[in-house]
Amino acid sequence: MSLLRDIGAVLGGLKTTFKIMTRRKVTIQYPNVKKQRAARFRGRHILRKYDNGMEMCVGCELCQVACPANAINVTAAENDPKDPKSPGERYGYKYEIDYLRCIFCGLCEEACPTDCLHLTQEFELATFTRQDAIYPKERLLAKENSTFSIPLQVYPRFEGRVPLAEVLGGEEHR
Amino acid sequence: MIVWTLLEAVILAVILLSGFAMLMLFERKILGWFQYRLGPNRVGPWGLAQPLADAIKLIMKEDIIPADADRVVFWIAPVISLFVALTAFAFIPIGPLLKGRAPWAMADPNAGLLAMLAITSIGVYGIALGGWASQSKYALLGSLRATAQMISYELAMGMSVLGVIILTAARLGNPAEALRFSSIVQSQIGHLWYVIPQFLGFIVFFISTVAESNRVPFDLPEAEAELVAGYSTEYSGIRFAMFAMAEYINLITLSALVVTLYLGGWNGPAFLPGVVWFVIKVAILCFVSIWLRATLPRLRYDRLMSFGWKVMLPLAAVNLLVTAILVAM
Repeated sequence: MSLLRDIGAVLGGLKTTFKIMTRRKVTIQYPNVKKQRAARFRGRHILRKYDNGMEMCVGCELCQVACPANAINVTAAENDPKDPKSPGERYGYKYEIDYLRCIFCGLCEEACPTDCLHLTQEFELATFTRQDAIYPKERLLAKENSTFSIPLQVYPRFEGRVPLAEVLGGEEHR
Repeated sequence: MIVWTLLEAVILAVILLSGFAMLMLFERKILGWFQYRLGPNRVGPWGLAQPLADAIKLIMKEDIIPADADRVVFWIAPVISLFVALTAFAFIPIGPLLKGRAPWAMADPNAGLLAMLAITSIGVYGIALGGWASQSKYALLGSLRATAQMISYELAMGMSVLGVIILTAARLGNPAEALRFSSIVQSQIGHLWYVIPQFLGFIVFFISTVAESNRVPFDLPEAEAELVAGYSTEYSGIRFAMFAMAEYINLITLSALVVTLYLGGWNGPAFLPGVVWFVIKVAILCFVSIWLRATLPRLRYDRLMSFGWKVMLPLAAVNLLVTAILVAM
């Protein structure tokens, strides 16, 4: 009797797999068809620009501090008052993200005070060399201006570097 | 004459090897379907060039030999496997007789069935020696399992075939011809195929062929979950491919054997030539084998032994006895 039951079990299994074979396939043909990403998908970073073409990044380096994986490396520089890159005092002079380190946690985006840093939907970051995985500022900077306009009352009027000697009232400094 | 025979051998080998390539693609495709997937479809239309890509990849790979391996045996084991797989098909008639000879078989000796069983049994040497020569515990366990597995199903296999032989001898009235493959097929023309009167024997024999070709659910010698890759753990490149070729060609050969013995060989309605019917039947059996692979889990080692000795062998013996009694009456 148990033999008959076992045979029945095997036949039942065969029936199940055959039914599954005729069902619709769930495969997404990836390079041709890409899966819809979630609305808040965290992909490659972008450094956005204001609607007048100025960089939103003010070189505060908070993203670098927030990064748990030490993937971000920012060096800020002071704006030239005649040709400012950003509305603030400083701008991101050097901005690198190492995508071999980045864990796409989005903490940098949260830390950014000017909403400059943004994680896009792009996820195809494969490179042939390790060096190529380190994105310099030119690759991170947005090609197009965003719809954000420079907020008024936020940035103090900046007229350029005041010599430190003046600030300190003529005292000598090292 | 000898040139013609050699030419036949080359043609047969080419057909079997291309059959292997197609079967491997077919299996991956169908296994995909069984798992809601599409299977390989990137190389060529419908993935048809996938076997070619696999072959190029495997040939380009390094042929690694373990430092402790027995080099000669390690080299020759996959050759034995492939040789046996390619040779065994030579006895199987795939088309009707013409002018007193079986032109659709390379050889049709009057002990063809016996020779076939003898040759397919040599196949286990390739696996056993390959695992032993690798000097690796996984490979050795794999080959030990292969040998143990063989003795537990081969008896039932041989005994289940005896029913067919008895029926053939009775139908032809000539026991001397009962082991010839073409006679076995001819005795099924116009009669019931042996799958009906020998249903129990057919089931036992079919299960034995699955075990003989080392496929799921009897793939204990490979058992990737326990033994890495069993006897082929240490093999790489073209030698690994030879083991894979042997496995798939064995599957084709054993399916062809089942077709010849139980499913009427090249018989079929006349609107298609006999060879086409033969190929269709073999393809269906190969599909069933893939279907089994997609369905059943691997048997435990001791379960396989007790299944072989306590279920298959008694069933085959009962089948033989009943057949003999019925024929004698």
